[in-house]
Parts: sequence; C-alpha cells; structure tokens
Amino acid sequence: MRLAARIAVVMFALFGGAGQADELRPYRIDGNAIAASLTGVPGDPVRGREIVITRTVGLCLLCHSGPFPEERFQGNLAPDLKGAGSRWSVGELRLRMADSHRLNPDTIMPAYYAVDGLNRVAPAFRGKPLLTAEQIEDVVAFLATLRDR
Amino acid sequence: MSRHRLREFACALAVVVAAASAGATDIPLDQRRSGTADLGRDTKAMQNDDTSNPATLWVLDGEALWNQKAGAAHRACSDCHGDAAASMKGVAARYPAFSAVQKTPIDLEQRINLCRGEQQKATPFAFESRELLALTAFVGRQSRGLPIAPPSDENLKAAVEQGRKLFTQRMGQIDMSCAQCHDDNWGKHLASSPVPQGHPTGYPIYRLEWQNLGSLQRRLRNCMIGMRAEPFAYGAPEAVALEAYLMWRARGMTVETPGVRP
Ligand code: HEC
Ligand code: HEC
Repeated sequence: MRLAARIAVVMFALFGGAGQADELRPYRIDGNAIAASLTGVPGDPVRGREIVITRTVGLCLLCHSGPFPEERFQGNLAPDLKGAGSRWSVGELRLRMADSHRLNPDTIMPAYYAVDGLNRVAPAFRGKPLLTAEQIEDVVAFLATLRDR
Repeated sequence: MSRHRLREFACALAVVVAAASAGATDIPLDQRRSGTADLGRDTKAMQNDDTSNPATLWVLDGEALWNQKAGAAHRACSDCHGDAAASMKGVAARYPAFSAVQKTPIDLEQRINLCRGEQQKATPFAFESRELLALTAFVGRQSRGLPIAPPSDENLKAAVEQGRKLFTQRMGQIDMSCAQCHDDNWGKHLASSPVPQGHPTGYPIYRLEWQNLGSLQRRLRNCMIGMRAEPFAYGAPEAVALEAYLMWRARGMTVETPGVRP
C-alpha cells in the first residue's frame, strides 16, 4: 500500500494531471486529529472563508449555518459553524474536513479528501476529492478563526 | 439465563444493532406528508385549481391524444379504453406494476408506450417528450383524490426491495443516501429548500424552475445529480425499482396529479 502510494506520487510528479485519485497526499491520523498540514504549509483563512460561503465549491452552507450575515438561505441540517475554532483543535478540524466518517460513520457530512469506497460517482467527479489539499488547509485555517460562541 | 433466553436476547440485540447501523428509519405512516405541505399559499392554490394549474395545458393535450387515432393500427387509446374517466380511474395509483408481456416491472410511462407499440403499432414516445408527459398527466389526473394502492403482486416484491436498497444506499461524490435526506432530515432546510419527505404523490409535476412538466424519474435524476451521482437512465430497471419503492412508501397517501412545485 505504502509503496503503491509512493509510486503514485512519483507518477503524478512525472506526468501531472489534475484531480486524479492517485493525487491524494498521504496523511497520518493520531487519535481524533490529523496533526500535520496536508500541504506542509498553513492555509489562508481569507481564501478559506470564500470556499465555505461559495455553495458550488464548499457546499458547506447547504447544510450548515454560520457567522455569515451577508449570506441568505443557510441550511440547518448541521450545527452552526460559529465557535467551531474554540470547540476543536486545528488537527481535529482537519480530520473532520478530510474524512468526517472516521469520527462518525453515519454522518451526512461528506469526507472532503477521500475518493475510496464511493458508489456511482458521476464521471465528471470520479477519482476527485471534493476539495484539494490546499483548499482543505484554507478552510481549516478559516474555521480555526471562528472563536466566538 | 437459559440457553433459549440467551438466544432470544442475542437476536434482539442483533436487530437493534442492524437498525442502528442502517441509520435511517421509516417515517411512521401517520406522520407522512406530501410535498404539497411545503408549498407557499399561492403555489398551493395554483396546484389545487385546474384553471390556474399550468399542468392543465398538458392534461388537455393528453385528452386530445387519447382520442386521436395513431399508428399503423389507426386506433386511438379511446377505441380500446373508452372514457378515461371510468377506465383510467385508479390506474396511476397502482403503477409501477408487473408486466406479463415484458416480464418485468414497468411504470406508467412505459405502460403507455407499450400500448402505443403493441396496440397502435406506432413509434413509442421519448421519455420527457411533450406527448408522453401529456398522456401520463391525463391518465394520472383520473386518479386525483384516490389513495396510492401499490399492487400486492409477488412479482413486484423484488423491485420494491431493490428500490429500498437504492434509497438507503450512499451514492455519488457527496456520499449521501436518499433516506438521509428524506427519512432522517425532512422538514429541515437544505440551503433555501425545505427537504420534503419525497413522496411521488403529484407526478408528473409542473415545476416553476423547469418552466415545464416533468416526470418522477426526472425528479429522481435531479436529486442524483445533486448528489454528484451518475443518474439512472430513463426507464432503467433501477429507476423503476426506486419508483416502486417510493409508491410503496407512500401507500394510502392521496394522488394529487398534476402537482405544482417551485
Ligand atoms: C451534507 C451535509 C454537510 C455538509 C455539506 C457539510 N457538513 Fe459539516 N457537518 C455536518 C453534520 C451533520 C455535522 C455534525 C456532526 C456529524 O454528524 O458528524 C457537521 C459537523 C461539522 C463541524 C463540527 C461542528 C461542531 O462544532 O460540532 C465542522 C467544523 C464542519 N462540519 C465544517 C464543515 C465545512 C467547513 C463544510 C464545507 C467545506 C461542511 N462542514 C460541509 C454536515 C455537513
Ligand atoms: C441532500 C439532500 C437530498 C438527497 C440526498 C436526496 N434528495 Fe430528494 N429532494 C431534496 C430536496 C431539497 C427536494 C425538494 C425539491 C428541491 O427544491 O430540489 C427533494 C425532492 C424530492 C422528491 C419530490 C418530492 C415532491 O414533493 O415533489 C422526490 C420524489 C425525491 N426528492 C426523491 C429522492 C430520491 C429517490 C433520492 C435518492 C436517489 C433523493 N431524493 C436524494 C433533497 C435530497
């Protein structure tokens, strides 16, 4: 498995190509968290906010509400994002984003950085995670700023 | 604990665990409600009054087609079935049904096309064509107000079961099941849309967003596209199985065809 992942990384480096399954970067889960940044660098909270409020990109506001007074019609299938940064550590937020099913197998929140075990994915999205590693880091950096309860 | 009691306990536990891991539970029969319940006052009034329901245009077209001779057989639907108000009453309430000819469950659209091919010797209408929607709306209109009554046909059971499996199975890049929205989260809001229980009571419907009439299968494809799943092809056995399960799930609820949705 490890070797395959490593070969995939090399192949990707050699041939490029966007949004393929083998592009996913390996990460390590410790307890309820992914401690290290998926990209090795911190994300940008301003870009992260943009991803969260853009419904066709993050999809977050379909289910969640949050401290976004300018956004009408926020969903209520999920908890309010207000205060998420004080309820969870950065590493916990990262695992929640990358693979929410690890924390709760029955959750409706999609795993944003996973491509395995999915069923009947439409061709345009096949083999692609919902967000890239960079986008996950941006969102995590933004969520960490939501400290008011 | 005796061995017998122990076994009983283990069985009970297995049932509880199975139910819990399935996540979704069926909506109690007396808590079911049609999507009509979520309509605004104006849209509801539009649906319930034939003179303002935009789908009436299709119903009238359907009536004309019903009486129009077609195909090499040069026969109209009415030549075999007579007055639809009598002969088609209750028909839409019991489809999908098992076709002895096709040896498979078929939905109302497919049944209409079967008559068109076999009896009228005419080319079947395309799915979502104006003609097929019109005839389906016209036939469906004859069941308005009647309870949904899926046939208790042994031959249909497998399709209903398959439909239930599809309904509770996660799909697409979003990785959700129909049941996670329509059994577990109905009444909440997905962005601005109230999540309905997803009953097939009003189909085909006039959807303001489509500016058009659309079938139940079109609606299901919309949800699947939202899930970023590859939708079932029109008329595919999986699509008919989902329809059969939805009708079973809505058994006893009132047919409201043709419905109006925002
Ligand atoms: C289809 C629904 C859905 C979507 C889309 C969704 N979530 Fe969630 N999310 C949930 C649910 C439900 C929970 C509650 C916990 C659980 O079920 O695991 C949750 C929990 C969370 C939590 C923890 C909340 C808390 O403080 O307890 C955070 C943070 C979060 N989501 C962020 C996001 C972000 C950011 C996005 C978009 C990039 C997103 N979610 C998209 C359904 C969703
Ligand atoms: C993420 C939530 C979600 C999922 C998953 C979902 N739906 Fe829906 N569904 C909706 C919403 C919201 C509507 C209301 C119409 C709209 O505004 O799109 C709807 C409408 C419907 C309707 C029409 C109800 C009416 O009153 O007209 C049916 C039937 C339906 N869905 C069936 C399904 C089936 C079958 C699946 C799985 C293949 C499914 N849905 C998956 C959210 C969902």
